[in-house]
Amino acid sequence: MTAGAATIDSGALLVVSIMLPVTGMLAVIVSPARRSEQVALVILAASLLTAVATAAEVLRTGEPIEYLLGNWRPPLGVALRADGLSVTLMVMASIVLSCVGLYASGSYLAPPDAHHSRSRTVFWTLLLGLSVALNTAFLAQDLFTLFVALELLTFSAVALVALDGRPTSLEAALRYLLLALAGSVFYLVGTAVLYGAYGRLDLSGLRQISRDDLATTFALSLMMTGLLVKTALFPMHLWLPPAHAGAPAAASALLSALVVKAPFFLIVLLWTGIAPRPFSVIAGQVLAILGMASIVFCSVMALRQSRLKLMIAYSTVAQVGYLFLVFPLTIGGTANLAWSGCVLQLVSHAFAKASMFLAAGVIAEVMGHDRISNLKGTFHAVPITLTAFALAGLSLIGLPISGGFSAKYMLLTAATEIGAWWIAGTILVGGLLAAGYVFKVLGQALAPPAEGFAAARSIPLHRELVVLVLASAAIAMGFLPLDPLPFITIGRMGLP
Amino acid sequence: MSDVTTLYGLCASGLIAIGIYGFSLQSEPLRRIISFNLIGTGVFLLFGVAARRAAAAGFLADPVPHAMVITGIVVAFAATALTVALILRLAELNTDPEENIQPEARDEKSA
Repeated sequence: MTAGAATIDSGALLVVSIMLPVTGMLAVIVSPARRSEQVALVILAASLLTAVATAAEVLRTGEPIEYLLGNWRPPLGVALRADGLSVTLMVMASIVLSCVGLYASGSYLAPPDAHHSRSRTVFWTLLLGLSVALNTAFLAQDLFTLFVALELLTFSAVALVALDGRPTSLEAALRYLLLALAGSVFYLVGTAVLYGAYGRLDLSGLRQISRDDLATTFALSLMMTGLLVKTALFPMHLWLPPAHAGAPAAASALLSALVVKAPFFLIVLLWTGIAPRPFSVIAGQVLAILGMASIVFCSVMALRQSRLKLMIAYSTVAQVGYLFLVFPLTIGGTANLAWSGCVLQLVSHAFAKASMFLAAGVIAEVMGHDRISNLKGTFHAVPITLTAFALAGLSLIGLPISGGFSAKYMLLTAATEIGAWWIAGTILVGGLLAAGYVFKVLGQALAPPAEGFAAARSIPLHRELVVLVLASAAIAMGFLPLDPLPFITIGRMGLP
Repeated sequence: MSDVTTLYGLCASGLIAIGIYGFSLQSEPLRRIISFNLIGTGVFLLFGVAARRAAAAGFLADPVPHAMVITGIVVAFAATALTVALILRLAELNTDPEENIQPEARDEKSA
């Protein structure tokens, strides 16, 4: 069993990447409140290292890493598996989580009364909870473990939304929770039906035996509908903007950059892995149409918002719509390019949107409000943050050189090559609308300050720099060559 | 045996249908979370049906769905607890705003 020994060695990385944040959560709870921040930051840094090490191992060997829990084989046992796509997403999530952690460090140092020390501990616990949930969702290989990961993700995200305890935030959190629970229960019904039909839930097994019958179609439709609610695609996006409105900037950044991406990843798993052929074509078309509706409708909604955070929230729904355009584009010979565009859009949007929400947090603190019509002088007060906002905006619009440009260029090329003019047109219209809402903010913020303008409070330099680092990461993605990314297909079942 | 399985399956569908009806038409959060639990119960019963069908295929019984149901119950319980906590806190904030200053004291009282 020499091969087995080798997989156990690198397989330990997968166990560590899930268990490290779990341990961190417990450590944060038992450590004194003033230490919770340091403990969490150390764990986040270690998680980032683990994710990078896992990615390096996958890239080096060109093979996915597998780990069987307790050495039980699927379908009975639970397997973890890291392939090119999942390690990419793990590294992305760890970078965003670490940056948000750095941004939030010090911001919960306000008066050390009981309520603040409690919300501080809670914040760091939930941050690590998100890390556990995301890593599990990216690594798990059976539909039920994925369900548990999704629930963990939802519970952490809901509590983050409710963190400031005001009635509006609590209402938004409650609405988010109820819709997310509806989504989970749809997913669970689908899982039960699939188990009844096939007697197993592991992805690799289902992939081989899934057939085109009523039960499979029904189950997959239910599961995808449930996941669409959680990923906030139009018309099921209604919970997302209110949830953002009252959440702390750090929580909004995580919600938009990471939380809505995990359900999308699951949809990709279902669509590429299990969906039988005639069903997958129709489902792909439907998903793309919903994605296009998201892009157009929510970009227009973003243009019409008067508050900065709500504008960015609607922009999230629009940008998530781009991810769903990939499904019909993978039918033809341009599948590889389309998947690369989709993954690049996912990663660069995560960086750009996290940066933008954190920038909005800085702006709200400096200006004392986030009304777009009243942002004159922001550049004067926080030049670094506004530069970051502009860079992130470039990526969202899709102007070169940025990750957003490369992603949309790849999707556009794939769309024109198979003659899907409707998709190509939507990509272009979405870019124009994004330019509209980004420049609307920049135009105000770059204007000279009004007479007697004074910043409400000063911002520590490290927080502005974190915002800039995230925006630069989104821009840096644009320096990848405009070819299909080679590493995302490593070990990915169902991708060309 | 198959009759019992069919009966269970029909019961599961009935519970899920009642739950979905309640969840989509009720606006009260408390009623919606009860509907959610009804759907959940229906799904757990559906897993039971799946276990039973494996038993009909010649196995003694299929234990895997039972493990999933136990996990599912834990998740549904956690979800219910979180929702009820949010509803309670909202009700507190909406009824007597002067007590917002002492949320910890209220916590201990309700715990």
